[in-house]
Amino acid sequence: MSIYKEITLNGIWKQNPGVVQLLGLCPTLAVTTSVVNGVSLGLATVLVMAAANGTISPVRKYVPNEIRVPVFILVIAALVTVIDLSINAFAHPLHKVLGIFIPLIVVNCIVLARVESFAAKNAPIQSILDGFMMGIGLTMVLGLLGGMRELVGKGTLFSGLDLVFGPAAKNFVLTIIPDYHGFLLAVLPPGAFLGLGILIAARNWMEIRNKAKSADEHTTTSPLQPALHP
Amino acid sequence: MSETIIKHAVKTAGTLTAFALVGTAILAYIFIITRAPIEASEADARLALFSQILPHNSYNNNLLKTEVAIPPNPLLGNRAPSKANIAKLGDETVGVILEAIAHDGYAGDIKLLLAIRADGTISGVRVLAHKETPGLGDYIEIERNAWITQFSNESLTKTVAKDWAVIKDGGKFEYMAGATITPRAVVKAVAKALQFFNENKPLLLENKTADKVAQSKDAT
Repeated sequence: MSIYKEITLNGIWKQNPGVVQLLGLCPTLAVTTSVVNGVSLGLATVLVMAAANGTISPVRKYVPNEIRVPVFILVIAALVTVIDLSINAFAHPLHKVLGIFIPLIVVNCIVLARVESFAAKNAPIQSILDGFMMGIGLTMVLGLLGGMRELVGKGTLFSGLDLVFGPAAKNFVLTIIPDYHGFLLAVLPPGAFLGLGILIAARNWMEIRNKAKSADEHTTTSPLQPALHP
Repeated sequence: MSETIIKHAVKTAGTLTAFALVGTAILAYIFIITRAPIEASEADARLALFSQILPHNSYNNNLLKTEVAIPPNPLLGNRAPSKANIAKLGDETVGVILEAIAHDGYAGDIKLLLAIRADGTISGVRVLAHKETPGLGDYIEIERNAWITQFSNESLTKTVAKDWAVIKDGGKFEYMAGATITPRAVVKAVAKALQFFNENKPLLLENKTADKVAQSKDAT
C-alpha cells in the first residue's frame, strides 16, 4: 500500500481522531448541536491541521527536542490567529458562523498530537496530507454526531445553513419530523456524550465484523488488532 | 562539560526566541493588513442589525459616528462603560440605540439591543447574545420566534409599571410555558432600559452633548 493511501486510510478510518484517537473531544462535544455547526468547525480544523503540519515539517530538523512542544504550540496558536483574522477580514459572513469555533481549535489537542507524532518525523507533503486527512476524518465524525443530535433533538437537518450560504439556503433545511416538539437531551451536553458513545460503538462493531470477515476469506492467522489503541 | 551545557542551553533558547520573533512578526503583519477590512465589515454588520430595529429612512446621520459614552449603570446592567448611538433626522434627534444587559437570566447574561424613539416608545428590541437553554429559553431570538417583537411601540406611559411583567406574574407580556425565568429577565431589562432613557434624556437627546462626544472621538 502506498504511503499516501495509508495516510488517507489512517485519517479517515484506522486512526480517526474523533472515534479512535478520541482527541479533541472538547470542541467535538461542545459544537455538534447541528450538522452545519459540526461540519463548519471540522472544515476550519482541516485548514489549521494541514497548515500546522505543513509549517512544522520543513523546520522539524531545526527544532531541538527539549523545546519542541513550546515551538509547536507557538506555531499552532499563531496559525490559528492568522486564519481567524483572515476569515474575519475576507469572508465576514463565514466568520459570523465559525467565529466562536476558530479559537477553540487552539485547545484542540488533535492538532498538537498530529504535529508531534507525524509532522515532526515526516516530509512536508506527507505531513500536509496527514493533517488534511485527519481533519477530514474529524469532520466526518462531527457531521455525523451533529446530524444525530439535530435529528433527535430538533427533528431537522441542516438548520442554520442560511448563516453559511445566505438567506436563500433557508429552503434547504430539512424538517424530517414535522410538528416535533424536540428532545432536549440530545441537544444538551449529555446528548453529545451519548451520541459519541454510539458512534464509537458502531465503528468498533464494523471493525470487528470486517476483521472477522477477512479472516474467514483468507484464512490467514493475522492477529486481531485491538480496535482502540492510542 | 559545563561549557557544552551552556552552549546547548543558549542555542535552545535562541531557537525558541527566533520562533517567537518570526511568529510575532507574521501576526503583526496579518493584524495590520486585516484591520481595515475587519473594521469595515463589523461596521456593516452593526448597521444591518440597527436597521432591524430602527427603520433606516427614519434618520439620515451616520449612526456609528454619533455616539454618547455611557458609564456603568445599574439600569442598563452594563458593568463596563458602553456606548449609545444617536439617530438624527437633520438636527432633530429621532431615536437612541442602547445596549442593556440582564443579569438574571436562567444561564448567564442576556445582552439586548434596544432602539428607543425620542418620545420614549420602543422601536424595536433584539437579543445580541444569551446562554439560555436551547429549545426552551431561546425563543427570545428573532430567528426562532417573534416573541421579542411584542415590545415594539411599548413605553412606560403606555404600559404602567406593574404591567411590565410576564402574564404569570400579573403583567401583560406573553411567555412560553417551561421557560419563565428568561422572559422575566428580558421584560425587566427592557423596562429598566426605558427608565434609564427617561432619566437621562438630556444626555441622550441634547444634540450638543452628542456632537461633542462624537467630535472628541473623531479627533483622537
